[in-house]
Amino acid sequence: MGLPIPPFAVDLFGPDAVIMKGVNGLNWRLQDYVARGGYAGLKKILAEKIPPEQIVNELKKSALRGRGGAGFPTGLKWSFMPKQYSGQKYLVCNSDEGEPGTFKDRDILRYNPHSLIEGMIIGGYAMGITVGYNYIHGEVWDVYERFEEALEEARAAGYLGANILGTDFSFQLHAHHGWGAYICGEETALLESLEGKKGQPRFKPPFPASYGLYGKPTTINNTETFAAVPWIVVNGGDAFLNLGRPNNGGTKIFSMSGDVARPGNFEVKLGTPFAKLLEMAGGMRDGRKLKAVIPGGSSMPVVPADVMMATDMDYDSIAKAGSMLGSGAVIVMDETRCMVKSLLRLSYFYYEESCGQCTPCREGTGWLYRMVDRIEHGRGRAEDLELLNNVADNIQGRTICALGDAAAMPVRAFIKHFRDEFQYHIDHKKCLVAPYI
Amino acid sequence: MNAPMMLSPDALAKIDKAVAKYPPTEKQSAVMAALTIAQDEKGWLSTETMDFVAQYLGMAPVAVYEVATFYTMYDLKPVGKYKLTICTNLPCALQGATAAAEHLKKALGIGFNETTADGRFTLKEGECMGACGDAPVMLQNNKRMLCAMSPDRIDQLLKDLE
Amino acid sequence: MLEIELDGKLMQVAEGSTIMDAASQAGTFVPHFCYHRKLSIAANCRMCLVQVEKAPKPLPACATPVTNGMKVWTHSDAAVNAQKGVMEFLLINHPLDCPICDQGGECQLQDLAVGYGASESRYQEDKRVVANKNLGPLISTDMTRCIHCTRCVRFGQEIAGIMELGMIGRGEHSEIITFVGKTVDSELSGNVIDLCPVGALTSKPFRYSARTWELTRRSAVSPHCGLGSNLTVQVKQNRVMRALPRENEAVNECWISDKDRFSYEALNSEKRLARPMLKRDGNWQEVEWPVALEFVAKELQRIKGTHGAAAIGALATPHQTLEEMHLLQKLLRGLGSGNVDFRLRQADFSMDGKRAGVPWLGMSIADINTLDRVLVIGSTLRKDHPLIAQRLRQAAKKGTEINLLHAVDDDLLMRIANRAIVAPALLPQTLAQVVKAAAEMRSVAVPEAVRAVVVGVAVADAAKRMATSLTSGQRAGVFLGNFAEQHPAAGELHALVQALGEILGCAYGFLGAAANSVGGYVAGCVPGGRVPGKNARQMIEAPLKAYLLLGVEPELDMHNPRQATAAMRQAELVIALSPFQHRATEYAHVLLPIAPFTETAGTYVSTEGRVQTFAGVVKPLGETRPAWKILRVLGNLLGIPGFEHDSAEDAQREALHGKSEIFNKNNKLSNTLGVPPAAGGGLLRIAEVPIYAADALARRAPSLQQTRDAQPPVATLNRALAEQLGLQPGDLVRVVQDGGEAVVPFAIDDRLPADCVRLATGQPETAGLGAAAAPLTVERVAQTQKVAV
Ligand SMILES: Cc1cc2nc3c(=O)[nH]c(=O)nc-3n(C[C@H](O)[C@H](O)[C@H](O)COP(=O)(O)O)c2cc1C
Ligand code: SF4
Ligand code: FES
Repeated sequence: MGLPIPPFAVDLFGPDAVIMKGVNGLNWRLQDYVARGGYAGLKKILAEKIPPEQIVNELKKSALRGRGGAGFPTGLKWSFMPKQYSGQKYLVCNSDEGEPGTFKDRDILRYNPHSLIEGMIIGGYAMGITVGYNYIHGEVWDVYERFEEALEEARAAGYLGANILGTDFSFQLHAHHGWGAYICGEETALLESLEGKKGQPRFKPPFPASYGLYGKPTTINNTETFAAVPWIVVNGGDAFLNLGRPNNGGTKIFSMSGDVARPGNFEVKLGTPFAKLLEMAGGMRDGRKLKAVIPGGSSMPVVPADVMMATDMDYDSIAKAGSMLGSGAVIVMDETRCMVKSLLRLSYFYYEESCGQCTPCREGTGWLYRMVDRIEHGRGRAEDLELLNNVADNIQGRTICALGDAAAMPVRAFIKHFRDEFQYHIDHKKCLVAPYI
Repeated sequence: MNAPMMLSPDALAKIDKAVAKYPPTEKQSAVMAALTIAQDEKGWLSTETMDFVAQYLGMAPVAVYEVATFYTMYDLKPVGKYKLTICTNLPCALQGATAAAEHLKKALGIGFNETTADGRFTLKEGECMGACGDAPVMLQNNKRMLCAMSPDRIDQLLKDLE
Repeated sequence: MLEIELDGKLMQVAEGSTIMDAASQAGTFVPHFCYHRKLSIAANCRMCLVQVEKAPKPLPACATPVTNGMKVWTHSDAAVNAQKGVMEFLLINHPLDCPICDQGGECQLQDLAVGYGASESRYQEDKRVVANKNLGPLISTDMTRCIHCTRCVRFGQEIAGIMELGMIGRGEHSEIITFVGKTVDSELSGNVIDLCPVGALTSKPFRYSARTWELTRRSAVSPHCGLGSNLTVQVKQNRVMRALPRENEAVNECWISDKDRFSYEALNSEKRLARPMLKRDGNWQEVEWPVALEFVAKELQRIKGTHGAAAIGALATPHQTLEEMHLLQKLLRGLGSGNVDFRLRQADFSMDGKRAGVPWLGMSIADINTLDRVLVIGSTLRKDHPLIAQRLRQAAKKGTEINLLHAVDDDLLMRIANRAIVAPALLPQTLAQVVKAAAEMRSVAVPEAVRAVVVGVAVADAAKRMATSLTSGQRAGVFLGNFAEQHPAAGELHALVQALGEILGCAYGFLGAAANSVGGYVAGCVPGGRVPGKNARQMIEAPLKAYLLLGVEPELDMHNPRQATAAMRQAELVIALSPFQHRATEYAHVLLPIAPFTETAGTYVSTEGRVQTFAGVVKPLGETRPAWKILRVLGNLLGIPGFEHDSAEDAQREALHGKSEIFNKNNKLSNTLGVPPAAGGGLLRIAEVPIYAADALARRAPSLQQTRDAQPPVATLNRALAEQLGLQPGDLVRVVQDGGEAVVPFAIDDRLPADCVRLATGQPETAGLGAAAAPLTVERVAQTQKVAV
C-alpha cells in the first residue's frame, strides 16, 4: 500500500497538460524535471538578468489567476509586494489542500515538486524576497517528506539557497506541515499556524502584502499557481493566456471526484466544456445519470446537471452558471444521490472545521448542521427551510474569513435547486431517492 | 530548575532541525513539528509532554495547549497501537467511504473515537485528506496514507497489522 | 485629518482611526463585546457590524479603518439587522439564567439583549454546556456563559504580560481554560473579572454576596503601593462588598492590581480590633475611650517626666493618611520629642538633612509611557508596583529599552534590554560603572559629588551596555525601587542616580513603596527641624522608653524585625494604634482601634506627588475611631496647643499650608555623601517584602493569602551554594542572623548572585531574623524521616 501505484500513462493528466506534461508518476526527481526542461526559466532569468518587473508583467499578461480558490490575478498580487521595504519579506505557498474534492496540489507535490520549487524561487526573485515556506496539508505526510527530499536536491544542485547558480541572488525555502485543520488553507490562518499558533484567520485589512508572516510583507499563492510560473517565464505570458480564454489564462488542473468512472486530476485548457472533462474522467460511473455537480470544491454552490452540461470550465463561465470555479474540484453526483444527505455531510464538515473565533460561524455552523440533521432524520419542521436560509444569510458576509460564506453558500444552493427534495423529507420524514452508501 | 528531558536525544535533534527553519526569534513556529515529533515518540501528548515542549520552545504552556487542541491529529489521550482515521467527507462518501467505514466498525467491533479492548486499534472519522481521487482514503497513525480502501483491502490491512 | 460622514453627520477624525474610534468621538454607541480600547483588536464577536457605503457587506466598526470620505451608518436597518443577527447567535448557546447569575445587573450581554435580542428564540436545539475551571482563589468561573470574546486571553498576553488563559479547541468546542491544573497567578488577574462582558468570570470572594443594584458606589483611593490607584468601593449595609477600578487615565488607567481589588476582605475580618483595650495586671481588658486616652496621656506625661521627652518615639506606616502623620509629628514635637518617622524599612538615613525637597517619582506617572530609555535599580517591578510595571511593559513593547540593575532576576514579563544581577553589596559599585561609562559616552565630567566613588571602578560589559542604551535615547528615566530605597547604601545609590540624571539630562526618582511614601515627608513625619530627633532605625537600635505605633506591626513592618521586637519588649510604654489585633498584645500596654482607609477621611500623596483626598465610605466598625481624631484628643489631653481641628480637612489644610498641591517635590541631595560602611563578608541576605505581606490589609485578606504569591517564605540560593551546603531535595535550611533563626524550605535559582540567600521579610516566619540586608549563616536541616502511613 503506501503511495498508490501511479498509472504509467504519460498523458496521465490529459493531452493538454503543460504543468504536468510528461509527468508519469515516477519521474519526480530533479534530473527528470531538468530533462523535461525544468529550471530553464530560472536559469534564463539569472543568465539574462531579467528585471523583476518584467516577470510580474509577463504574469499579468498571462492572466494567471490564483488556483487556491479565490481566483485573484497573480501578476497583480505580486505587484502589491512593497519593493522598497528594507526588512525581511516572505513568500508562502499554500499547499494545505483541504477543500473537499480537491487533490491536485498533492499530485504536483508528489509527482512534480520541482515545478513548485522553481516557481517559488522565481517568485522570490520577482518580488525581492529571500525566504519562503511551503505549508503542506498534515494528512499527506508522505508528500511532505518527498517535498523535503526535493528541496534537498534543489539545494545540492545550487538552485536553492545562498548564491543561486553562482549569482548574488539567494532564496531559502522550507517545508512546514499542518496537522489537521481545514481552516489553515485560509491564507491568514495559515500564517498564524506558521507562526506556531492556532490557525485562526486574521481580520483584513491589513492584508498579508503589508502585514503577513511575523508581521512582515508576505505574498501567498497556491501550489498550482506557483507551479504554472516556470512555464510562463519560458514561454511568455501571451502563450499562457492563449491556452485559455481572455481573463482566464492557461490550463487548470481539475480534480474529478464522486460518481465518475475514473476519478483523478486532469489538466485542461480553461474554457474546456464540462462535458469533455466528464468524458476524460470516464463518464458517469455505472452509466448512471448526472444529477448535480459542485464545480469548485465543496464550498461552492451546487449546479444542477442540465446547467452544468452546458457550461465551460473557466472562471467566468462557471460564474455565469451560478457557482464558482474555486479550487477546481469537481464533485459529481448521480441520480441516486440524496441532496439532503449530501448537504448534511458538508454542513457537518463546516461545523467541525470552524475555527471558533467569530460568532456567526462558531454558532451558526452548528445551528445549520443540526437543522439539516433533523431534516435528514425525519424531524424536520415546516419552518425549517426558511430558517435555514435565514441563518445562512446571517452568517454569510458577516464573518472574519470566508469559511462562514463557505458554510452558508452550499446550504442556500442546495435548497434553491433541490427544494422539493428537502420539502419531501420534512413532509414525509423520508427520502425521495433511494438511499445510497 | 530545568524539567527533566522528556524526549530522546533523537527527537530533540529533530525538533532542533525544525526550529532552524525559522528566524531565531520565532522558535514558536516549530511547535507543530515539535508536538508531532513528541507524539510520534510518546504515542500521545500528555500534560507533561506539552509542558516540556512549551519550555523547550519558550512558550506559555497554555499556548502549546491551544495548538495541541486545535489541530485534530494531535492525541491528548492515549490511543491504540494503530490509529485508523477514515475520511467520510462527501467526495469520499460518493466513492464508497461510507461502506468502508461501516465495514471497519464491524470488523473492529468499535465505533468512531473508540479503541478496541486489546488496545490495538483506535478508529477515527476524518475530514478531507486532499486525496479524494483515491477514495476511500485512510490514515494509519497520521502518517501512512492508505488509498482505495475497499472492504477487502481493509480486511487485508487488518490482517497485515495483526 | 480625515473627513467622514457618520450617521449623516460630517466629522473629522484622525488618520489611523477606526470606525469605532470615530463613533466614540461622536458620542455614538456601537454595540460591542470583544472590543476594548486597551486591548488589541480581535473583531471576533461581530456585534459592532455597521453599514458602510459601497461595502457589499456590513463591516466591524472596531476593526475597520476610516478612509477619507467614508459614509457610515451605525444604526441603519442594514446595520441593526446585522447586529441583531449576531445577537441571536450569541444567545442560542447562552444560558438564560440571568436571575441567578452573579453578573446580573452589570452584564453587557443582558443590556444589549434588551435592545437587540428577539423575544423568542428560534433555536430549538440543545444548548451547549461547558465545564467550569478552577482558576484559583480569586476568580470564579461559569464557562457555559462564555461568549468567546477572548478579552481575558488578550488581557493576559498584552497587559499582564503572561498568557495564563487560552482558548482551546476549535469551533463550537472552543473553551477558555488555563493549562491543565494551573491557576491564574498574575498580580493583575482580577481585571479579567471587569473585562468579561458576561458572567463567565466573576469575583470569587464577592460571589453571591450581593446584587449590583443593592450596592452604593463610593470613591476611594487605594492604600497600598505608591501609585494611588483610584477605586470605586461598593457598599451594602455599611459593609464594603468589593473594590473596583475607578478609571483615571493618568494614574491606574482602567486597571487595578489584585491587592487593590481584594484586600478589602480584611476590612470585614474577624481580626479587626473593635474596642480600646488596656493591659491591667497582665490582662487585656476592653475599656471605654476616655479611660484609654487618659491612660495614654498620663503615661506619656509620666515618661516625659522621668526620662525626658526624648525617650518617647513615634512610628507610623507609610500607609497612614497625610492628616494622621501630620498630627502624629505635631503631637510628638508638642511633647518635646523629635523622634518620629514613617520610613520603617529604610536602613540608610545619610540623606536626611541633605534633601532639597520631598523625594518623589521625578516625573508624572503618565510620563513613564513617553520614555524611550529606562534604568530601574533594585525593584521587582511586577510585585512592588504592578501597574507601573504594566506601563513599562507597554512602553517596552513599543521599543522602550528597559535596563535592570537588581539583586534578583525574576521574570518581570517584559523585555529587558540589559540586565546586571549582582549581590546587594555590589549595587552601588555597579551603578557607579554605569555612571562612569555614561559620562565617557557623553564626554562630560563625572559630577563632583560622586567622583570619589566613580573614578576607581572598572566598567564591566553589562554596565557599558546599559550606558550605551541610556545615552542613545531621546528621553530617559532612572528609577530607584523599594529594594534600592531600603538598601544599606541607599544614600550612595541616590547620589549616583542624581549624577546619572545630570549626565543624561533626564528625570530620576523613587518608585514609592507605599500609598504615602511621599505624603510622610510632606507631613513632616520625619526627624529634623527645631526639635532634634531620631529616625526609625535609631529609635530601634538605641531603644526608647515609650513608643507610639501608628498602624505599625514592628515584627513585620520594620527593617530589623528582631531588633524592633526587642525594643518593644523592653519599653515601659507601648501604645499601639491599629485597625487590627496583632502581636502587640505581647508587649503593648494599650491598644487603640483606628479606622482603615474606608472608615475615615484622609489624603494620600502618590509617588508622582498627586494629592488625592477621600472620604470614608462606611461608618467605623464598633468603637473604632479615625486616627486623626484620636491624635487630636490626645493633643488636647496633653495640653498641646494647635489641636483644634474639626475635620480631617482642617488637618489636611494645615499639613499642606492651605495649598492643594505639593510644591517642594525635589530629589536633589545637596552635599557630598560620606563613604558608606563597607559591606561585611560572608553570605548576604536578599530580603524583599512579598506583595501580599506589605501591609496590614493585604496580610489579612484571606483570598489573597491563598494565592501563590502569599506562600510561606522559602530560602532561595544558587546551585553552587546549595551544593556547598550539601542540600538534598526535601531538606530544610536553618538561617541564622543576629542570633535569631528561621527554619524554612529551600529552592534553587541559578540566576541569583553568588553567596546570597534570598529570604523574604515581612512574614511571621522570618520575624525572628535581623536586618533585611545583613549577613547571615545557613545550614542544612536534613530531611526528617517520613513515616509511611
Ligand atoms: C476556508 C478557506 C479555505 C481555503 N483553503 C485553501 C486551500 O486549501 N488551498 C489554497 O491554496 N487556498 C485556500 N484558500 C484560499 C486562500 O485563502 C488564498 O486565497 C489562496 O491561497 C491564495 O492563493 P492563490 O491566489 O494562488 O489562489 C482557502 C480559503 C478559505 C476561506
Ligand atoms: S468565519 Fe469561521 S473559520 Fe473564519 S474566522 Fe470566523 S469562526 Fe473562524
Ligand atoms: S473527501 Fe475524502 S479525501 Fe477528500
